[in-house]
Amino acid sequence: MASNKKYWKNEAELNPNDSIVEALRQNEFVEEIPVDEFLGNKENLSSTNTNRRDFLKYVGFSTAAASLAACEGPVRKSIPYVVQPERIIPGVANYYATTIANGFDFASVLVKTREGRPIKIENNTDAKVNGGANARVQGSVLSLYDSTRLQGPMKAGEPVEWTALDTEVKAKLNTLKASGKQIALLTQTYASPSTAKLIAEFKEMYGAVNHVVYDAISEDAALTAFEARYGDRALADYDFEKAEVIVSFGADFLADWQGGGYDSGYSRGRVPKNGKMSKHVQFEANMSLSGANADKRVPLTPMQQKIALAKLYAKLNGSSVGGEIPEYAEQAIDGVVGEINKNKSAAVVVTGLQDVDAQAVVLAINEMLGSRAFDAKAPKYVRQGSVKDLNALVVDMKAGRVGALIMDGVNPMYTLPNAVDFEEGLGKVDLSVTFSGNWNETTELTDYAAAANHYLESWGDTEIKKGHFSLIQPTIKELFDTRQFQSALLKWMDSDKSYYDYIKETWSTDVLAENDWNNALHDGVYVSTGSNAVGEIVEAVASAVGLDGGDTSGMDVSSAVKKLSNAVSGGGLELTLYSKVGMGDGQQAGNPWLQEFPDPISRVSWDNYVTVSKADATRLELINEHAANGGLDGSYAKLTVNGVTLDQVPVLIQPGQAPGSIGLALGYGRKVGMKSEMQTGVNAYPLYQGFNNVQSVTIEKAAGMHEFACMQLHNTLMGRGDIIKETTLEIFNTKDHAEWNKVPMVSLNHQEVEATTVDLWDSFDRSIGHHFNMSIDLNACTGCGACVVACSAENNVPVVGKEEVRRSRDMHWLRIDRYYSSEDSFEGDNTKKDEFSGLSGEKGSLGGFGELEHPAINPQVAFQPVMCQHCNHAPCETVCPVAATSHGRQGQNQMAYNRCVGTRYCANNCPYKVRRFNWFLYNNNDEFDFHMNNDLGKMVINPDVTVRSRGVIEKCSMCIQKTQKTILDAKRDGRVIKDGEFQTACSMACSNGAIIFGDVNDKESKVAELKESDRMYHLLEHVGTKPNVFYHVKVRNNNEA
Amino acid sequence: MKKVTYRNQFSRVLGVSLVVFLLFSVSIFAQDGAVASGDPAKGKALFNQNCAACHALNRKMTGPALANVESRLNADEGLDREWIYAWVKNSPGVIKSGDDYANKVFSEYNQAPMTPFPTLSNDDIDNILAYTAAPPPEPVVASAAVAEGGGSGSSSGISNEMILGALVIILGLLVMMLVLVQGTLKRIAVANGLDLEKAKSERGLPLWKAFAQNQFLVLVTVVFLLLSGAYFVYGWMMQVGVDQGYEPIQEIHYSHKVHAGDNKIDCKYCHSSARVSKTSGIPSLNVCMNCHKSIYEYKGNPEGPSQEDLANGYTNEFYTGEIKKLYKAVGWDEDNQSYTGESKPVEWVRIHNLPDLVYFNHSQHVSVAGIECQTCHGPVEEMEIMSQFAPLTMGWCINCHRETNVKVEDNEYYAKIHEELSKKYGVEELTAAQMGGLECGKCHY
Repeated sequence: MASNKKYWKNEAELNPNDSIVEALRQNEFVEEIPVDEFLGNKENLSSTNTNRRDFLKYVGFSTAAASLAACEGPVRKSIPYVVQPERIIPGVANYYATTIANGFDFASVLVKTREGRPIKIENNTDAKVNGGANARVQGSVLSLYDSTRLQGPMKAGEPVEWTALDTEVKAKLNTLKASGKQIALLTQTYASPSTAKLIAEFKEMYGAVNHVVYDAISEDAALTAFEARYGDRALADYDFEKAEVIVSFGADFLADWQGGGYDSGYSRGRVPKNGKMSKHVQFEANMSLSGANADKRVPLTPMQQKIALAKLYAKLNGSSVGGEIPEYAEQAIDGVVGEINKNKSAAVVVTGLQDVDAQAVVLAINEMLGSRAFDAKAPKYVRQGSVKDLNALVVDMKAGRVGALIMDGVNPMYTLPNAVDFEEGLGKVDLSVTFSGNWNETTELTDYAAAANHYLESWGDTEIKKGHFSLIQPTIKELFDTRQFQSALLKWMDSDKSYYDYIKETWSTDVLAENDWNNALHDGVYVSTGSNAVGEIVEAVASAVGLDGGDTSGMDVSSAVKKLSNAVSGGGLELTLYSKVGMGDGQQAGNPWLQEFPDPISRVSWDNYVTVSKADATRLELINEHAANGGLDGSYAKLTVNGVTLDQVPVLIQPGQAPGSIGLALGYGRKVGMKSEMQTGVNAYPLYQGFNNVQSVTIEKAAGMHEFACMQLHNTLMGRGDIIKETTLEIFNTKDHAEWNKVPMVSLNHQEVEATTVDLWDSFDRSIGHHFNMSIDLNACTGCGACVVACSAENNVPVVGKEEVRRSRDMHWLRIDRYYSSEDSFEGDNTKKDEFSGLSGEKGSLGGFGELEHPAINPQVAFQPVMCQHCNHAPCETVCPVAATSHGRQGQNQMAYNRCVGTRYCANNCPYKVRRFNWFLYNNNDEFDFHMNNDLGKMVINPDVTVRSRGVIEKCSMCIQKTQKTILDAKRDGRVIKDGEFQTACSMACSNGAIIFGDVNDKESKVAELKESDRMYHLLEHVGTKPNVFYHVKVRNNNEA
Repeated sequence: MKKVTYRNQFSRVLGVSLVVFLLFSVSIFAQDGAVASGDPAKGKALFNQNCAACHALNRKMTGPALANVESRLNADEGLDREWIYAWVKNSPGVIKSGDDYANKVFSEYNQAPMTPFPTLSNDDIDNILAYTAAPPPEPVVASAAVAEGGGSGSSSGISNEMILGALVIILGLLVMMLVLVQGTLKRIAVANGLDLEKAKSERGLPLWKAFAQNQFLVLVTVVFLLLSGAYFVYGWMMQVGVDQGYEPIQEIHYSHKVHAGDNKIDCKYCHSSARVSKTSGIPSLNVCMNCHKSIYEYKGNPEGPSQEDLANGYTNEFYTGEIKKLYKAVGWDEDNQSYTGESKPVEWVRIHNLPDLVYFNHSQHVSVAGIECQTCHGPVEEMEIMSQFAPLTMGWCINCHRETNVKVEDNEYYAKIHEELSKKYGVEELTAAQMGGLECGKCHY
């Protein structure tokens, strides 16, 4: 329908006599193209020496010369060691056990080194606590090779010598000692026996030393509550494997809650065994990783969570308290009470509310239950920061009482909510020294920036949990002129001892008893069997405390419960600040792997954003929409907390966000000393007032739209049951697997038959030799993403940057899809889809699919790691015109990059969309200024895997370099390969046991056993691709008690 | 063949002269024998076995020079043979006993006591002393041999020229015969009355014209030329990047011929990582110094450098100069027998360059398959300058994988798979290809 309507762009256009408008209408370009300037001068043109023929000659010559020059091979030099270290054989990897303890992440790890370079972090399976490396720890090896690292000590931005720094600091310390003015040490949590001892000695030597421990993201409330109850400033330890019922009030214990490290125990309890698995109920505001994994998730604002917790305590004690919570929450609490009373000591309650009362109540409940999963006797020391001490220090600084401030592992100018006060105080400190790996907001303001070692260059020790000691050993010599804090302390104490000797001494006297230092160093972990041995505390607690609630500090608890039940919101929306799985507290913000790592829930990379519920978004007119290039756009919002305002915070509408609450991740928005690409997101720390992660906030829409780099745009499964299969524990236990794990049917000769029985192709005999399979258990997978980063490290997966991710050109070989369900469950989705009849109408598919696209207010969530499925009948292989992708007998779908010509037919034909195309040359290309374009960043590259070039397809190889190595090692030793020897990067990284890899032709192997499981299914089985990766049906324990 | 005969002659002459020389020299030793009362020949063997690691005759090494050690000790220190017996058998004991000279030597040589040799008998020590008392005779032999060798070389050259001359004469004779035959034929033709000129003119069209007129022939020729042209262009293109025979000049002239050939050092002694790693590894300089601490000069084979070596400038002095380069690189101070700590790694030009897209593992081939290094690297032990022997192309790899049987003996890893696969393929022995050695992903990842 043609319309005669006149469209106009501005008012001037409506004036018919405007000559400019007319001119603009006629011209394609607003300005005249200056053709005359270079062609108008005839004289000049004819007098030039270069005519057209000459030009062609030059072109011809240079082309010929270039192609001739290309025929000459380059001369490559090979430079051997002068004296080759005994342990280093070029081409063979060495592994060292060490520990990361950067104040936020604590984990015992193995470090793989090649030719002396650390290139990968792996789990230390010998470690009983925190032996699993999460995504940040996996990625930490790249931070070692960060080209923005401080390469030597600096004074006021200018490089100085360590000797100069030492002299001035020592002189200052001595004057301060004489004057009695305060010397403040502001440090991260070390949990280190040796450092504690060293600082004590330092205090002894210099007198008025004030050691303040500061955690950027505080657990002060939990520490205080624990200290009040048990006398030790520590955190209770939990073993979720032992719990049958897990109730969490805003505790994201699968991520960073209280130092993290709880996911592997949790996962073991989640795999149904003998018809039993744990039940997990989560009351929370933001959609967290834990909430996504919960059997029942109850969205509540933090204020409501407090009331709910109080109600739970009261109901467990047979009493009741006031306070208003929604009806569904009341019901949920009743359900939880029933479950807990049924399981008693097999139940556990945790909370992430930064509220001493809430923490105290939780401790009381667990003690009252005598929870098996709760351990207060051997607590964890991974957080020790004290808000009180810190505030006192800032006051002292502002009052000019602090003579010297020495900082290590902290960046208060970035992480402190009251950074302005700190800055003012810093101006009154006579001497300030910051130990830091990078130039940052704090080093900028202090007198000295002392270049600190990366943990892979340092010595150290930690006591993660009482009696569980770990050692930190260097895996490479300092790359730069750096020094660790402890060595500097020793220097300033005029000791010529190295910190290594110091630790060794401490351990031999205090830790090891009669045991061998070398063994402890080799293992990386040491469990003390002495007086502070870790026994079965649980039973002791259970027997000491009856279930009558008659605990020792009953008075305190009941007042705490009262306070909780009277919780009121501050008027506005309730903001919950949280840390992202990829970024943590932000100290690794310069790490491109972690920036590109998509958030498990939102699947957004390179950003933080405020998460808003759909209801609130509609009310505030905040929108999310898809742009034409496939990217996601979101409104900006202005957040104000107590007069502190963040303009321009991108908004992401988060299914499952409790209405009335919003969420925002800390750790983003670092600016100083960062590459421009890494300066992403907004800094939320200014809103973290009083170190409380819950704030009352006002939010209003701001102008403009934000461009997100989102890896997965489609949010729901839309009833495609072939992708994620799930069932409930009840059905799983009572019905035949044919009911809940249906094999898809296809039509053959007009007969419905099972898809697995139909085959277009002749099958290849794979019964001889190895046949690799991978098992992924959707019950054990928490979506933590450690495997994603591990895969990037192992396989030299390039980082492509925000712009490219937005264009769906991310290169991750392994992705973890996250699906919401528009019904209460995925089953509901399936049922709804199956019941579509006709196009329109009530049950019509037109409207029905539209409805399925919208995730529910409180959706079910499922995570599904997807990598190349290594189909035995691979659709990609048949369409490759140059046979660049082919199948091996061992089951791996192989990719010969040098053969690939980049038609991308294979990517088109892949039903799982796991093939990645190199749109650009990502290495040696300054357009992609991440790590592959500088010599330092390239040190992390795995020498056994090709670095791909532009124009080729790449994908998961099922770590063929690792399987081949395992085979070769066995051949060399002349032995048979045992089960468990075959590993991929992801299966090794998964401490939860969700990814199991192995040889199915070895009938004794774990993976062969898993393949026979009733829960086993293949992704999109009806396509008939016969994948070598299989999944296990997700079972939810959501039958109401 | 020429070289071999030449060598044989050469060594024969050398042999004779050596015998003559030895006969002569033995008589000299016999005279000394009255003083030393030992067998210098046995002594030499013992010396090489026990002492040479730390001592040389005319040179300070880890320990002092030992030429005429007995007479020197006797003259300078007044020490007798009994002292030497005691020292050799238990030097730390002598030092402990407070002996002046023993302590002096001990402190002079970095406080490193000499390894005691309690197993050596007095007779053995006599023999060694006899050897140290005899002046080293080698240089005389070498110069004599060079003179003799030069003579014999020129005589063999004449015989070659003679063969060549004979061939030229035969060729000349044949040409002459041809001319004669043609003359005879012409005469017969004339005699028979044939007009030769007329026959020539009747031939009609010249050959090239006839060819040009025959379109079929032209077409066939063009097609042939195009095809053969394409063949050669393809051949030329395929050799781009193939560096077979690549023989770069290295910073230090390291001769594999001297090490692996003449001295029969096992390849894997220096390239030890070939056994366990994907790279064979260029030996680090400390590996060189294992031997070159005591081998400080090149003495050549006893026959002296060959004509060919001399022509290339590979004299003993040349090789010794290369050893000095090693010392400089590793920072070895010969005079003080210690490392200076100033080292400069050697930048070798890499000869075998596989592209990054190929994964090749030495240990798979060397340790598991037991393939000789020479299979791929050629007769390294004959290479004065190392060069690339194999083309290192994918076709070359694949061919070998097709033809080579997998070495499965005594390897438990292969037991099951070999049994099953050989049954499947109906063969006794499996090739690497049948084992899956042709799959892309085995080498490209």
